[in-house]
Amino acid sequence: MKVGVVTFPGSLDDVDARRAVRLGGNEAVALWHRDHDLQGVDAVVLPGGFSYGDYLRCGAISRFSPVMTEVVAAAGKGLPVLGICNGFQILCESHLLPGALIRNDHRKFVCRDQRLRIENNRTPWTSSYAEGAEVTVVLKNGEGSYVADAETLDRLEGEGRVVARYLDGNPNGSLRDIAGITNEAGNVVGLMPHPEHAVEDLCGPGTEGLGFFTGLVERAFA
Amino acid sequence: MARVVVDVMLKPEILDPQGKAVHGALPRLGFDGVADVRQGKRFELELEGELTEERLAEVHKLAETLLSNPVIEDYAIHIEGDAAPGKRRA
Repeated sequence: MKVGVVTFPGSLDDVDARRAVRLGGNEAVALWHRDHDLQGVDAVVLPGGFSYGDYLRCGAISRFSPVMTEVVAAAGKGLPVLGICNGFQILCESHLLPGALIRNDHRKFVCRDQRLRIENNRTPWTSSYAEGAEVTVVLKNGEGSYVADAETLDRLEGEGRVVARYLDGNPNGSLRDIAGITNEAGNVVGLMPHPEHAVEDLCGPGTEGLGFFTGLVERAFA
Repeated sequence: MARVVVDVMLKPEILDPQGKAVHGALPRLGFDGVADVRQGKRFELELEGELTEERLAEVHKLAETLLSNPVIEDYAIHIEGDAAPGKRRA
């Protein structure tokens, strides 16, 4: 699968994301925020970082970059899109996902290994995990507290759209311990923790994040 | 020219850690009796030409699409000086 990874000015994790995409058995395609076409990719990753310096609100300016017009249109037609950390914030600002991410309730940047439960393995990004699988990946954010009104949260839970939930304590004040969600169609996933930093034994807390990038291929050959 | 000010505040039910941090610093400076602090953003837009109802409607659209995120924030618009639509200009 050809997986595009968008670089915005201020993206930090685009190179790691491309590496994870390749380790997952895909071809990584570098996309630039000013691109007007997606170069025929089969999926897109919006990586972590501080796009546009997090000015205004995290993800608020990236949403209006040319490439996002293409990503929003393609996501509407079913293109798999994974937003990690800042990418999750961009997806919320773009209204591809409901809710918003605000500053951590304890006001401090958090960087640690984080245990998660994969609660929805029906998305193209989580299909290689067993439902209920517990994985450890990296969490690093300053504005990772997921918020939405109670009605939206109930709908997300009722429709099984909570993709991942924090275990062993809530690291940032996210409502209902939500670490990641998906859209109604299940092709767009936003995730605050970083699976792309847990794909090799050499560094990071192990390889349990790799599954986010192997599922695409497994699906293609299924 | 007309100056239109857009104030953006987190909705009351949304936690404001920055406001809390400021609030927490007040007693250390000797300021007592402040029950709560909420931090927001203020945008000053200098508009060219006369401020018509149509231009004002555009500012509202701008405020709700870019300047604020309606999921977590409310905005308020006010016009500085006597540039309000329909007002005779000096």
